[in-house]
Amino acid sequence: MQEEIVKNIILGEDDDYIINVGPQHPSTHGVLRFEVSLQGETIKKVVPHCGYIHRGIEKMCERDTYPQIIHLTDRMDYLSAHMNNEAVCLCVEKALEVEVPERVTYIRTILDELNRIASHQLWWSAMGMDMGALTTFFYGLRDREKILDIFEESFGTRLIQSVNAPGGLMQDIHTGFQKRIKEFIRYFRKKLPEYDQLLTGNVIFRERTEGIAKLSLEDAIQYGVTGPSGRASGFSCDIRKIEPYGTYPKVDFKEILHTEGDTITRYKVRIEEMYESMNILEQLVDNIPAGDYSAKMKAVLRLPVGEFYQRVETARGELGVYIVSDGNKSPYRIKFRAPNFSNLFIISKLAVGYKIADLIAISGSLDLVIPDIDR
Amino acid sequence: MTFDIYDFSGLTQSIDKGLKASMSPGWTLLTEFVIIGLIFLIFYAILGLFLVYAERKVCAFIQNRIGPNRVGPLGIFQTIADLIKLLMKELIPIKNADKLLFNIAPFIVIIASFMAIAAIPFAKGLHAIDFNIGIFYIIAVSSLGVVGILLAGWSSNSKYSLIGAMRSGAQVISYELSIGLSLLTIVVFAGTMQLSGIVESQANGWWIFKGHIPAVIAFVVFLIASTAETNRGPFDLAEAESELTAGFHTEYSGIKFAFFFLAEFMNMFIVASIAATVFLGGWMPLHFGVDNAFNRIMDYIPPIVWFFGKTGTVILIMMWFKWTFPRLRIDQLLTLEWKYLLPINLLNIVVVAFLTLMGWHF
Amino acid sequence: MKALIDYLKDIFFGLKTLWAGMRITGRYFISPGEIVTQKYPENRDQLIMFDRYKGEVIMPHDGNNQHRCTGCGICQMNCPNGSIEIVTRKEITPEGKEFRVIDKHIYHLDMCSFCALCVKTCPSNALAFGHDFENAVFDKAKLIKILNKPGSSILKDVK
Repeated sequence: MQEEIVKNIILGEDDDYIINVGPQHPSTHGVLRFEVSLQGETIKKVVPHCGYIHRGIEKMCERDTYPQIIHLTDRMDYLSAHMNNEAVCLCVEKALEVEVPERVTYIRTILDELNRIASHQLWWSAMGMDMGALTTFFYGLRDREKILDIFEESFGTRLIQSVNAPGGLMQDIHTGFQKRIKEFIRYFRKKLPEYDQLLTGNVIFRERTEGIAKLSLEDAIQYGVTGPSGRASGFSCDIRKIEPYGTYPKVDFKEILHTEGDTITRYKVRIEEMYESMNILEQLVDNIPAGDYSAKMKAVLRLPVGEFYQRVETARGELGVYIVSDGNKSPYRIKFRAPNFSNLFIISKLAVGYKIADLIAISGSLDLVIPDIDR
Repeated sequence: MTFDIYDFSGLTQSIDKGLKASMSPGWTLLTEFVIIGLIFLIFYAILGLFLVYAERKVCAFIQNRIGPNRVGPLGIFQTIADLIKLLMKELIPIKNADKLLFNIAPFIVIIASFMAIAAIPFAKGLHAIDFNIGIFYIIAVSSLGVVGILLAGWSSNSKYSLIGAMRSGAQVISYELSIGLSLLTIVVFAGTMQLSGIVESQANGWWIFKGHIPAVIAFVVFLIASTAETNRGPFDLAEAESELTAGFHTEYSGIKFAFFFLAEFMNMFIVASIAATVFLGGWMPLHFGVDNAFNRIMDYIPPIVWFFGKTGTVILIMMWFKWTFPRLRIDQLLTLEWKYLLPINLLNIVVVAFLTLMGWHF
Repeated sequence: MKALIDYLKDIFFGLKTLWAGMRITGRYFISPGEIVTQKYPENRDQLIMFDRYKGEVIMPHDGNNQHRCTGCGICQMNCPNGSIEIVTRKEITPEGKEFRVIDKHIYHLDMCSFCALCVKTCPSNALAFGHDFENAVFDKAKLIKILNKPGSSILKDVK
């Protein structure tokens, strides 16, 4: 029975050489299994199998009240944890029609951009390591420690903050927050060109990524590939420009769009996004208005009956939160449109015809975080 | 016994005379074989341990961290602890694997590198096998290692190992050519294949200085080709951890894995010492010209220190390559060899032959 | 001829980018001042956590072994995954009225997700985050902690 299911999926001839990359593998960032059908070294067909880390987050949210579901959303795409929180909070605030203080929107946007930079730094470390340049792992993580120190000083934890609540934040920022951010920007602006010298310009790296796995604009739109992977193919999908939330209407920044769509373009889009995030931070960090860190909310929140949707731009693409409420303390049904889920399945189209080494490069450039796929 | 650190031939001659005085010539020869074999075994093992420690420390400093620092002062006993752990591991026999080939594959790799190390001149008078076709012998013998790798991959009965072994076989065979041709440039300059002759001919300057541009080109080509030959650095896709777990030695555990690991480091030592001997003068101190004050100052440092210093520098450069660059794909590796290194080599040899004929080198 | 020039330019620019990468790693190799790792168990004295560090949930007791927990159970209601169990008992005041006193405040460290809802929603500010991060144990039963110390009583004038 199992054999038949596998044969139907693969649809290969009987003497195909099938190997499994994963689920335990140093390069798939999380538990993901690729079933690869090979001819020599060339890939004929790739089928990704996800679901190894499904934890039932959407179901768990149905029994928790609205302030309690924040801590679960952190753990979906843990590298952009704050943005997940913000999506749910914005949706709940939209439903309750609550006006949050301006200080809260500034701090939320600053934390968004810091999370984006930290996520891209980790992505860069892992991409270099997958390609074989093992030192990039340590350089990227060393620089990421400075951001994690900022988080730890103000909120107590490094990776997962859980600091949002419907109506504002759970606590105010520390007094050293702005100073540390400015120090970090000064430090990182000097270090980022080193990344280019070490990896981007390197002839070996360019040979391995230029012209590999071109993603056309039609495919990106059809499969719903958003985030930096989509923007590298010309798909203008930045939610911060289309449907701005938080402080984004007041901030001046560019949307990074390229048209080639191959692996090195996806790489370059993320490096340039790091520069843009630093520009946004510089515009915001000195102008945080004074005020409350939260609006006055009731102890028990009941959303009105109806359906509410909110989308934000995480480090990997468009995250959508869809809440169906029937008037109770908990949502009747909550659904997350996860960016990594749509980004994953483009691999079956992109990797055909390339070699196994390229499969690793492609999945590295798509920047997948597996818990987000399985939720 | 006369022990002169500048010239070991006094020591070896006196040992030889002492043995001949108490045994017949046949037994003397046998005893000498055993003594040299033991010395090489111990040297091999100790150097292997030291090189593994050095690699971990170099890697750590490049990556902004400390490296082994707990087992012993500055962590120098870390490799011994690893060795004890490997010795105590369970040797898992593979079902359906070809038992004979599976077991002899690591030994073939080690034997090949032993045979090569015997022919290297360590210092004046410390030269175990001094063939008159020294370079030819070394190149021939170091290509026996690929047989071990292919046998290991094939007999493991696992898809990953097979892919790794096939890649590695293609790679090693291609880069043999470049190594041979780049060494040939210096043979043309020096006029002899005998290693002691090549070292003696550098008494008035190392070939990398005397043979100006072609020698530098040959040195760079030799460095690249030798890192590829030993499956190291940016050419290590045969054991690419992030792609295929461990490639051709996935199924080996315990002492057999230790053999492969050790053989890789010793191969690195061998190609580094060949580079040091042929291009950088072996145990010859740095001389410019024939007889001047600078040469006399350089002569104070014993030749064995020169030899290990040069080899150490070349090893450091090879480690530097490994930790900086990403990995090459198999087709890019073969493109590099056949389309770039080989034409440059051939052109280089023609130029060198012309220069030697005209006498246009120092 | 153009092919030859392109070929040579390829080689030259390739080598130049390789050298640029090597310079960066070479610079870090010879500067031990850039080492960022610390030797962990030996540097415990210098390891001071930030004030707001979320180590584990504790109930601060002052010098007289008194805490501020009234046993109201609001933290238990707000905890998303049931890591807190409140056990109360009844006591009689001198006037004869019954009132509730905390008997055991059971905290499951192995289930806590550090969301800080219990700390924030406690009306008497009885809970806080401690700085201890070395919580690894061999026996899972040791992770179920009772936060109020034996023999402690509540501070006066706590709501």
